Amino acid sequence: MARRVAICAAAQIRNEADIWYQRFQGMLLECFESLVDQTGLTFDMDTGVRSVVTCSDDVLDARTISDNGMTDVVGAHYRGEEKMAQDGLNGLGYAMASIMSGHDDLVLLMGHCKESQSESRHMCTNLAFDPFFTRPLGLDYLNACGLQARAYLARSGLTEDHLSEVVVRARRQAAQNPFARKTSRVTAQEVSASPLVSDPLRALHYYPATDWAVGMLLCCEDRVHEFTDKPVWLTGFGSCMDSFYLGERDLAFSVALQQASRRAFKMAGGIDTGDIDLFELNDAAAHQMALWAESIGLVRAGDGAHWLETGGPDRHQVNRSGGMLNGNPLMLGGLARALEAFQQLRGEAGDRQVDGPQRALAHGTTGPAGQHHAVLIMEN
Amino acid sequence: MPSDFDTSDCYTIPGKLALPYTYFAGRVGSRFITTLRDRHKIMGVRCDHCDMVLVPPRQTCERCLRDLSDQWCEVGTRGEVVNYTVVRYPDRHQPRPVPFVLAMIRLEGADTPIVHLLEEIAPEQVVIGMAVEAVFAVKTTATIRDIDHFKPCDS
Repeated sequence: MARRVAICAAAQIRNEADIWYQRFQGMLLECFESLVDQTGLTFDMDTGVRSVVTCSDDVLDARTISDNGMTDVVGAHYRGEEKMAQDGLNGLGYAMASIMSGHDDLVLLMGHCKESQSESRHMCTNLAFDPFFTRPLGLDYLNACGLQARAYLARSGLTEDHLSEVVVRARRQAAQNPFARKTSRVTAQEVSASPLVSDPLRALHYYPATDWAVGMLLCCEDRVHEFTDKPVWLTGFGSCMDSFYLGERDLAFSVALQQASRRAFKMAGGIDTGDIDLFELNDAAAHQMALWAESIGLVRAGDGAHWLETGGPDRHQVNRSGGMLNGNPLMLGGLARALEAFQQLRGEAGDRQVDGPQRALAHGTTGPAGQHHAVLIMEN
Repeated sequence: MPSDFDTSDCYTIPGKLALPYTYFAGRVGSRFITTLRDRHKIMGVRCDHCDMVLVPPRQTCERCLRDLSDQWCEVGTRGEVVNYTVVRYPDRHQPRPVPFVLAMIRLEGADTPIVHLLEEIAPEQVVIGMAVEAVFAVKTTATIRDIDHFKPCDS
């Protein structure tokens, strides 16, 4: 029988537009020191942290083997260290597997991303495309989202008004989140007056460039009491990779997310969306919250517009954090979703606290327009 | 930034990544590129098991894992717009001054649309379902941009 795994503590810095005054090592150090303070964790080779998982991206950091820039800062010296270069939610899945399998008792997970460092985050994501067929055409994550948005709007009946309302809600929710990127409240009129960037997406329909760092301590059940009296259990994880070429995917419904969520539901004991009290979906663009809600089975396929019109996101407690749409960096959107779920399940979400959630779903995406999906089920 | 943050000795230095590469296109990719370059023909591969014609071509079907490297078939240089976006943010990696149209075009005989530039039409006039044809580049770059762009045509 695999061992149970919990997140014992989490720490983050505030999501900001441009942390020019701190190296990413310094950003991580703040999280690291907070975790030590919260839990008293040590780096004793017999009883302390011996395994570290880091999450970062080479191109965004402008250095290959980006993890070797901060292994000393996160206590990895002479310890096991592995890097996740997909969304950090996969790092959580990896750390979870490491403990379930008995490989180690404790895993420290650390993630960072500074989207502000490069002249253009879109040039970074252009490099995610192959050099023969797609990169020379200027494809990047923003215009890939533009193509996906048009496909999804046509399928689901979403209009520009729906997209505007999603942004208004994201900003409203984020205003209650002290670690959220400081984005101003907007009206639907202001959203629809923002310039088109990749039709049908407007500037405010896409997440703003963001810098952020985060850390978490994971532990096996036997030793959880050493670090916390409020563990959050990781009970299900699933991931799934879709086709690389946009033309070979159904852009208006993510089969990969459907598969990833089914795998996570099965691992969590055969649950369904009806058994989940809170959802954090990785919405890089305004059309994606409803698209992902359809793909995990929370909303019937094609019913996204109706779901938004009838208060579905509030009724189903979706993206109380403000979502990625309000501002989390690439590669950490899913980890930010898991952090919100962690705080909500512990009753530590402040003004945006949901009433007594027992089980939550966190979702992360990697690649253009959500090529790869990861789903994590978390429980009290 | 926290309001009490001390920014003394906080200095930023400029950096740049610029590193030329040479990529092997693969045997299948090589034949696609050289056929496009020398004969102005667009080639796909057919997976009989999945009953699909895939463009761009590849050696292996990702669905059934069968080898497709000898399953060449020519698809049309004309096709249909099935999706598009108008790119309006200028950037160094963009192939054209903005605004320009990136369209998903299903070529005649293909099942999977490719993404390419759609020109010789105002962005406001683009509609899903319109017929388009390839305009080949005068000078080869040995990439997909040996098709310079697609333009509207009679269906």
